Amino acid sequence: MKILVCISHVPDTTSKINFTEGDSKFDTNGVNFVINPNDEFGLTRAMWFKEKQGASVDVVNVGGAETEPTLRKALAIGADNAIRVNTPATDGFQVAKQLAKVAKEGGYDLIIAGRESIDYNGGMVPGMLAAILDANFINTCISLEVEGDKATAIREIDGGKETLTASLPLVIGGQKGLVEESDLKIPNMRGIMQARKKPLNVVEPDEATTHTEAVKFEKPAPKGDVKLVDPENLDELIDLLHNEAKAI
Amino acid sequence: MSVLVYTETEDGKFKKAAFEVASYAKEVAGGDEVVAVSFNATDASELGKYGVSKVLNIQNDKLSKFNAEAYADALTQAAKKEGSKIVVVSQSANSKYVAPLLAVHLEAGYASNVMAAPESTDPFTVKRSAFTNKAFNFTKITTDIKIVGLSQNAFGLKENAGDATVEDFSPELKEGDFTVNVESVDKAKDKVTIADAEIVVSGGRGLKGPENWGMIEEMADILGAATACSKPVSDMGWRPHSEHVGQTGKPVASNLYIAVGISGAIQHLAGINAAKTKVVINNDPEAPFFKAADYGVVGDAFEIVPKLNEKLKEFKAKNA
Repeated sequence: MKILVCISHVPDTTSKINFTEGDSKFDTNGVNFVINPNDEFGLTRAMWFKEKQGASVDVVNVGGAETEPTLRKALAIGADNAIRVNTPATDGFQVAKQLAKVAKEGGYDLIIAGRESIDYNGGMVPGMLAAILDANFINTCISLEVEGDKATAIREIDGGKETLTASLPLVIGGQKGLVEESDLKIPNMRGIMQARKKPLNVVEPDEATTHTEAVKFEKPAPKGDVKLVDPENLDELIDLLHNEAKAI
Repeated sequence: MSVLVYTETEDGKFKKAAFEVASYAKEVAGGDEVVAVSFNATDASELGKYGVSKVLNIQNDKLSKFNAEAYADALTQAAKKEGSKIVVVSQSANSKYVAPLLAVHLEAGYASNVMAAPESTDPFTVKRSAFTNKAFNFTKITTDIKIVGLSQNAFGLKENAGDATVEDFSPELKEGDFTVNVESVDKAKDKVTIADAEIVVSGGRGLKGPENWGMIEEMADILGAATACSKPVSDMGWRPHSEHVGQTGKPVASNLYIAVGISGAIQHLAGINAAKTKVVINNDPEAPFFKAADYGVVGDAFEIVPKLNEKLKEFKAKNA
């Protein structure tokens, strides 16, 4: 089985979010970038397929040279090859188009992407990629097994879950549950050394098409101070929630 | 021109999100027609109250279970038939699944997590949440057809005096629409889901163990709320992953969020930031959650919550 894992290069979850150039660009100053958590769960599941079922695992990212350390980290975790499509990621459709080109050329059986990136939260790349490839698609996937060319997946739905089957080729939008948090691998020294020698191929982008454009960013208005209620006077809390917040 | 909305049903009845996307579509449409697409709705005319003038109701047993590819195909055909230039969907798990497929089929730009009516319609610019609620992002959709994914509870319901005509609609479905098959659905029947809940009651590590969740569930029962938890709690297996709210878990956009024994890590706060009113109960006055909350009680949750539950019961009895 040939697996492609799509990796988004995102600010880590503790980052302070600021903008620059008249609030039109994300300020990367002092920000530590990581593998998008939703992608990392998928990558770790892919490692399981590699170890138990002899799958090969490539990773791909659409972005500039500054994203290479994130791809190297994926190699250190155990991916075999990395591909970087040499163009900035501008919108979900453009990224999906670039990934589709890599996916077609590589003839992958299974493509794993995160259900959304934690920066733009677009949540559209996996589905768009599947639609462009005319491949099967399962979103918000929390469990995945593959036997031969048949996949069994569990998808999170509002208020529960659903078990689905589909044949390969398949694209999934993954998230926590594909593996547990405790299964995530921190690359060891050997992995890091090996990753330096593994291939990281830079490919030129396809003709770019975008459907949307991020024009400006804004931070939420600062919050007022918390109103503290005495634990001996919980009636006041109920009164505030009822009359002031109109929440109950 | 018309604005198309995908109005979701559950057992034939419209979900609240269906009325919300209809309300939004009516506002965006101005004088134009709002056309809804529903699957196996029992009383589709209900949508008239929220500004829909025509409902294309699809009655097809093969579509009784949600199927992203087939639903996307049906919605694509409806949008083409109606010449719709704007399509509005909710941000339920199913809508988030279907929207990217629809976007490719219609060659439409798609903006997800939209928080409000468009900033402008020419160019078509919407405000959406990004960086897991740590920021807003204004996105311009540059394609002829535009898809808006409206965040739950972001726009609210707007009633409209109007009637909807209901038409049967039978899209031509292909074999290729049914290649992903639902084998089984495991869904709690009478539980409020985090996505649909008006109120969410959430517990953290401060509760010390899964055996202490009774008082959280009791509060949720009294308030008709959904239960949720912080990441460490789901990581330790005290509560199911499906209850984990935060940056890598579920987003919360309810009217009220009550956090018990949750310190308020930045990743947690990001995930619940869209909740309108936030209450924190924690014994540590330095817990970061107090900076993000509207109301706070400093003290021992094991004393406060049972007392609060009694008072909430009295309040509910009086205000029923």
